[in-house]
Amino acid sequence: MAKITFITSDGNSTTVEATSGSVMELGVQNKIKGIDGDCGGVCSCATCHVHVNPAQWDKVGSPLEIENDMLEFDENVSEYSRLSCQIKINEKLDGLVLTVAK
Amino acid sequence: MEKSTISDPFKEAREGKGFGKLNDQNDLVTMVLGHKDVRKCAHNWKTFQSGGEEIGRIVIPSEVHIRETRQIPFEVDPPKHKDYRDLLDTWFKRPLEAAYQDRLYQIINDIVDEALSKKTIEVVEEFSLKLQSRALTLLLNVPSKEADLWISWGTHVFRSEDKALDSDKANILYDYIDNQLDIAIKNSKNDLYSILLASEINGKKISKEEAKGVMILTFAGGRDTVINVVTNSIAYFADHPTSLQRLRDEPEILNTAIEELIRYFSPLTQMGRVVTEDTHVCEHAIKAQSRISMCWASANRDERVFENANEVVLDRKLNPHVAFGFGTHNCLGATHTRQIMKILLTVLAHKVKSMKIINCEENIENLDEFDRKVGFKKIQIKFNKR
Repeated sequence: MAKITFITSDGNSTTVEATSGSVMELGVQNKIKGIDGDCGGVCSCATCHVHVNPAQWDKVGSPLEIENDMLEFDENVSEYSRLSCQIKINEKLDGLVLTVAK
Repeated sequence: MEKSTISDPFKEAREGKGFGKLNDQNDLVTMVLGHKDVRKCAHNWKTFQSGGEEIGRIVIPSEVHIRETRQIPFEVDPPKHKDYRDLLDTWFKRPLEAAYQDRLYQIINDIVDEALSKKTIEVVEEFSLKLQSRALTLLLNVPSKEADLWISWGTHVFRSEDKALDSDKANILYDYIDNQLDIAIKNSKNDLYSILLASEINGKKISKEEAKGVMILTFAGGRDTVINVVTNSIAYFADHPTSLQRLRDEPEILNTAIEELIRYFSPLTQMGRVVTEDTHVCEHAIKAQSRISMCWASANRDERVFENANEVVLDRKLNPHVAFGFGTHNCLGATHTRQIMKILLTVLAHKVKSMKIINCEENIENLDEFDRKVGFKKIQIKFNKR
């Protein structure tokens, strides 16, 4: 079980939990503003872009090349950017705080 | 070669110089072919413009001579593009609502039942065009009977059998939209026409011309493309009954299967842009005021990005395809199209045991250096019940 907090562009903070799936799926299921996941998680749309809390970056890890290439074109990219469809939920992510990019 | 195969005519040029040349009505186009270059150009909307003065020039074949209304938000660049897009996004995300999906399910289920009840069926006219038209009534939120008129227009809004651009056919659509907007002005309803006419951007009401631009885009952009993706899906599953069985056995691959079929089919081959300054693409000099195109179909077969790019891999997990475009101007109708595919594949897997292609006539786009199959002009198929 991992509890994950999403901070959205309107400043709201929502904590939700899951045991499996991707962080994007968790966001979509809980109607987190700015997590659309249009392509369903195949890394083709970048509508699930989040900034990872820098202190927790090691929990999540760096993106693969295909994800990185996608992020490169996003206006709001930071060194802590990830596409949440590519973050698989596991217990290590418990307590993770993500700021939604959109 | 199987009848459903869509080959990649761009490989040699993509892996060599990286671009191709196309003479479109004496207005040359440099076709950008590689995945990375295509995404770079799509991202750079300042140098590669959509919203220039010449309306219709970014479309290939160019519609400069047959259209005076600017398609919105497609032929508008930021920052104004964002105002229009923000206004439209909520409406075009309605396919995510359960009630919309229930109605779309009914439409698709009825069409599949009809196909199963016939000895054989010509899929382009009798299946895909019907499906696309009836589904569009949901997107516009207009009475379902409107679809009968749209179906009577035939498979192409702009194209006829003998010429690529047909202004008479285009005028049928433009006059129809004008008329529908006049009706909405007199009697506002909860349809897209009325919603647009009641909307404001930065305190200014949307004009009838702007609303017309949105409606033309909605009709034209989603017609051939949806018809091709539906027809090509039917042909693919006819040729690959084990893939249909796989959808039954592994329903969890539905999403990756949809994205993969859309990548493989790439129903819109390319989209143009007008170059605003002297620049380079693939180390090739491009002059200001000339045209480039981003060839989505070529980018989606780029082996540097997609392993086994010419194969349909239904469970392809990483699939950064650009079939819905890329960047600012990505496809407004993508949510609707994905729902159509989701329900179509679900119903086919549930009801259809197999399909057999009886005969077909391919639809080939002639692009000077390249001949690309986009789908079928006709395809006769026998549907077999489970």
